[in-house]
Amino acid sequence: MNEIKTLIWKEVTLEWRQKYALSGMLLYVVSTVFVCYLSFNLRRNQLTPIVWNTLFWIILLFTAVNAIAKSFSQERHGRLLYYYNLCSPQAIIISKIIYNSLVMAVLSALGFVFYAFVMGNPVQDNGLFSICILLASTGFASVLTLIAGIASKADNSATLMAVLSFPIILPMLLMTIRLAKNALDGLDWSVSTDEITTLLSIDLIVITLSYLLFPYLWRS
Amino acid sequence: MRKIWWKILCIVIIFYVIIWGFIGPVPRLPIINESIRNTYFHVALWFAMTILLFTSMIYSIRYLSKGRIGDDDIASEIAKSGIFFGVLGCLTGSVWANFTWGDPWPNDPKLNGAAVGILIYMAYLLLRSSFEDEQRRARISSVYNIFAFAVFIPIIYILPRLTDSLHPGSGGNSTFGSYDIDNDIRKVLYPAVIGYILLGLWVAELRIRIKRIRRFHEEESIKAGK
Repeated sequence: MNEIKTLIWKEVTLEWRQKYALSGMLLYVVSTVFVCYLSFNLRRNQLTPIVWNTLFWIILLFTAVNAIAKSFSQERHGRLLYYYNLCSPQAIIISKIIYNSLVMAVLSALGFVFYAFVMGNPVQDNGLFSICILLASTGFASVLTLIAGIASKADNSATLMAVLSFPIILPMLLMTIRLAKNALDGLDWSVSTDEITTLLSIDLIVITLSYLLFPYLWRS
Repeated sequence: MRKIWWKILCIVIIFYVIIWGFIGPVPRLPIINESIRNTYFHVALWFAMTILLFTSMIYSIRYLSKGRIGDDDIASEIAKSGIFFGVLGCLTGSVWANFTWGDPWPNDPKLNGAAVGILIYMAYLLLRSSFEDEQRRARISSVYNIFAFAVFIPIIYILPRLTDSLHPGSGGNSTFGSYDIDNDIRKVLYPAVIGYILLGLWVAELRIRIKRIRRFHEEESIKAGK
């Protein structure tokens, strides 16, 4: 536990020292939202809640892929070797997943605020929508962290990251969009328990698999 | 696996499936009519694909625990024949859908899931091709293969059940069992699954042997070069 805590702290300090990475991601979200806003500006009355919802999650998906892709590739080879001598691989992957979930939660919360600011906010049940954002950011982070680990071992890692992660993340994205739609319509929470449990179980499967498989990935 | 009997068995079964599948008796059902014969191809191909991909995952696990490069060869080639069956299953399903649902690609969660599943495995092949070093490629693609299969099963078999689907077994449609009960269909369907699995293994086996021969030649030429 202590090991994980230290590792997360190390990630935070690293991020804080090179602020351009985090602020770059923030700027990425903001400019994507703004591009969408301007593109839809001409026909704003046609922006139905369904389009609003889908657009938001697709923006978040691309943000997540870009933000997490660098979680392994940004560190230099020698430094990675150094960590691997000091800590167990399980601690590394768990700390990376937790850290990435935190980053994603912050990014998507800020993204949501800005998105609602420019595109209007049709969400009727804000509580459920924030739960949805939280679940989605942990889910995206846990899937993408392992994929980023795989992709960073190859040469053309940017393409590989997208190709490997999009089909795998799709069930999660569809469930999230459905849950968010329930929040948009302000449906009763009992309607959404199915989606929440499915999302949680997908998260659980993915995290267990990452925990089991990462030690093999790490040795190469 | 060099024995010949299972290859003969495979050919016999496949001819039996093709001939008896087209002339054998089938139950008469509305809408489906004679196209129910596609069960022998479409459904059986999907079963065979799932089993082949499962075998591939088992070999990937074996590679990770024992570290023999041969296991990875087997895993990748079996996955390739699984993907081939998946594509064939999509095509036969598309023909069937065209006659019964009036659209070669209706917007159905199971179809979309199948397409995504094939994309996942295409990505596996892409991942394999992006490494030069053999051991490294084997290790990383084994990790991805296990991960992919664990995601593939929910996409194909669990998520479509939660939503409305045109396929049997979901959204109030009758389950597979209600016409599977028919003994005429069973007599061809089960052999068909076995026959396709054998065919897939045969294709994979040939490719594995080619790979082994190539590796042997490379090693020989390196030795000769010295």
